[in-house]
Amino acid sequence: MADPAGHSGKRPFPHRNLLGISQLNQYEILDLIDRAERMIPVSHQPRKTLSTLSGKTQINLFFEPSTRTQASFEIAGKRLGAQVTNMSVKTSSVTKGETLVDTATTLNAMQPDVIIVRHPAAGAVELLSQKVGCSVINAGDGAHEHPTQALLDALTIRQHKGRLSGLTVAICGDIANSRVARSNLLLLGALQVRTRVVAPKTLLPRGVEALATEVFTDMREGLKGADVVMMLRLQHERAAGRLIPSVREYYRFYGLDEEKLSLAKPDAIVMHPGPMNRGVEIDPAIADGPRSVITHQVEMGVAVRMAVLDALLADPSQVAA
Amino acid sequence: MSAPIVIANARIVDPASNTDRRGAVLVADGRIEGLAEGAPQGVPDGATLIDARGLVVAPGLIDMRVFTGEPGHEYRETLATAGEAAAAGGVTSFVLMPDTTPTVDDGAIVDFIIRRAAATAKVNILPAAAITRGLRGEEITEFGLLKEAGAVCLADGRRSIQSAGLLRAAMSYAANFDMVVVHHAADASLTGDGVMNEGTLATISGLKGMPLEAETIPLARDLQLASLTSVRYHAAQVSTAGSIELMTAAKRRGTGISAGISINNLALNENDVAPYRTFFKLSPPLRSEDDRQAMIEGLKSGAIDTIHSAHDPQDSEVKRQPFAEASEGAIGLETLLAAAMRLVHSGDVPLMTVLRAMTLRPAEILGLASGRLAVGAPADIILVDPDYPWIVTEKDIVSRSHNTAFEGARLQGAVMQTFVAGRSVFRHAHWPEGGK
Repeated sequence: MADPAGHSGKRPFPHRNLLGISQLNQYEILDLIDRAERMIPVSHQPRKTLSTLSGKTQINLFFEPSTRTQASFEIAGKRLGAQVTNMSVKTSSVTKGETLVDTATTLNAMQPDVIIVRHPAAGAVELLSQKVGCSVINAGDGAHEHPTQALLDALTIRQHKGRLSGLTVAICGDIANSRVARSNLLLLGALQVRTRVVAPKTLLPRGVEALATEVFTDMREGLKGADVVMMLRLQHERAAGRLIPSVREYYRFYGLDEEKLSLAKPDAIVMHPGPMNRGVEIDPAIADGPRSVITHQVEMGVAVRMAVLDALLADPSQVAA
Repeated sequence: MSAPIVIANARIVDPASNTDRRGAVLVADGRIEGLAEGAPQGVPDGATLIDARGLVVAPGLIDMRVFTGEPGHEYRETLATAGEAAAAGGVTSFVLMPDTTPTVDDGAIVDFIIRRAAATAKVNILPAAAITRGLRGEEITEFGLLKEAGAVCLADGRRSIQSAGLLRAAMSYAANFDMVVVHHAADASLTGDGVMNEGTLATISGLKGMPLEAETIPLARDLQLASLTSVRYHAAQVSTAGSIELMTAAKRRGTGISAGISINNLALNENDVAPYRTFFKLSPPLRSEDDRQAMIEGLKSGAIDTIHSAHDPQDSEVKRQPFAEASEGAIGLETLLAAAMRLVHSGDVPLMTVLRAMTLRPAEILGLASGRLAVGAPADIILVDPDYPWIVTEKDIVSRSHNTAFEGARLQGAVMQTFVAGRSVFRHAHWPEGGK
């Protein structure tokens, strides 16, 4: 572990912010995945810390509740030696009518080095990034993007499949409202991975053909020959009665069960960004079964977020606009 | 009264008489006193001569859709500041939408606006009265009393009446008083939480879309009800190719119907929205380029009658927000003509057609004597340099709010001087001739 961050001989990462996969080309995507892979052993050391971000201030600004993503970013920052502050929505002044721009200006005055933002509105993180002088990482903005999720998914796939190109990935469920789906489609598309989206028409956004290689409304067809089955969380409280008639019917036709999974390749892996609705979009036995890589995704999440923080912050002289 | 004015050596473009020729206009006592071909035959004693060489002289523009913040939100725009912006844009009359606080749903408020406008604004402000009380789409207002108070038409502003039964009743009752019903057709159950045009761009941006059918379905309903009730009906703003088909078919069947379009839907498209530029969050939303082309064809074919600015001042507090949370609307009085000139310069639409949609047609729909260069008509006149190049810059904006969809845009064509009832209300800083 002489140089886990891999700074020696590396090209600097040419972005100040990570707002979306759409801003990255395939080389930058692969560079981040490679950096993340080198970060994996750090979490297995007895002393799980590096010092590359020592003295840096990281703020996790979450306008939407998220236990796992926030914890993942917090642990990633701390393992790199950064000082991490979590700003929860309940205790902030956002609920008192302060605008997002005001919040950005206020936080900026505290001289953070990086702000990690999750917000329910698409584009909100980009708007905030325009008002601060530090790096900003998008931890999910509405139904737009969740770039670190797509990076950790790609790393997980590569770890299990040994490659990305040439694979077929089926993304199943609430495509219309999913930032995970959009970031994954952009990333996998940039790396020439075959992508399929699988959902009832009510959960497929107009024009999704522009993002995915193939579109399926029949899950059995959509899973045939897939190397990776990526399930999405269904916001079933919101969708029931309007976008789907019932959870029971959804599970019957779009839930991942053994019968549908048997149509994918025998060595296909099963993924889910979490948190899972067992029995809604996925059979609990599959979620906890041998083909599930769901907990591995969580582990890769820390490595990816360490890599992104490191790429954006490690050496100020490398930071470009 | 002020001294007579002779505007000479101009290119006179008047859609009412289908005139486009060299000539002179004589103005006296607030009215057009005479029109002459070629060079003027002498100038009356004491008259002011304006040499309008190189300029187009046209009727002042009539803008059928303008919002202000007075009464209730004066920090956005007052009648006075809207009047300044209008004068600078060559708009000599505009219809004020009733979306104020309080709502213009009572004769007393119509009266207030007329008095207030006369006292403070440089241009003619024509109040539209709400179709329904509080714009709530539930109970109709007192159309007869509102007309007596001076309302020029009925409109529910930004709102769309969802109940076909109520709209039918409103149209039937409006026909009693021969009042034109101006209605924005949008099906709320289809627009839902949508914030931009539905399609690939919305999907990539993660924004909820509004389908074209959210406009065409209620427009088809409106046109059938207009036919049923024999009311004069004006589709406030159309934006889709399907709406052009509906208007064309309806006009073939009957009279008394017309349609307007926001200059934004003629000059811009949904690509301008990216990435999350809230000044381009408009109602109706900017549509695809195919739709925009269909709108241009609709303007040329006569399916669309009027072009308006949809001037809607919003402060930065409600615009500097994430896209889905930001308010809709953009200002437009100052850029209306220049943005429309884009269509002329690109060769898409003749100047006469563009001017007709902003002068004669609104005047006909509203029953105004203005909107034409005719002897006896009010001397609401603009002098336009059709080629004047300029860039829209925030610091030059006259309106109190700065939410323009044309920030930084390179435009060609500017108003050099504006007259309302023969009085100069605006003179361009770079045109030395005016007001000499």
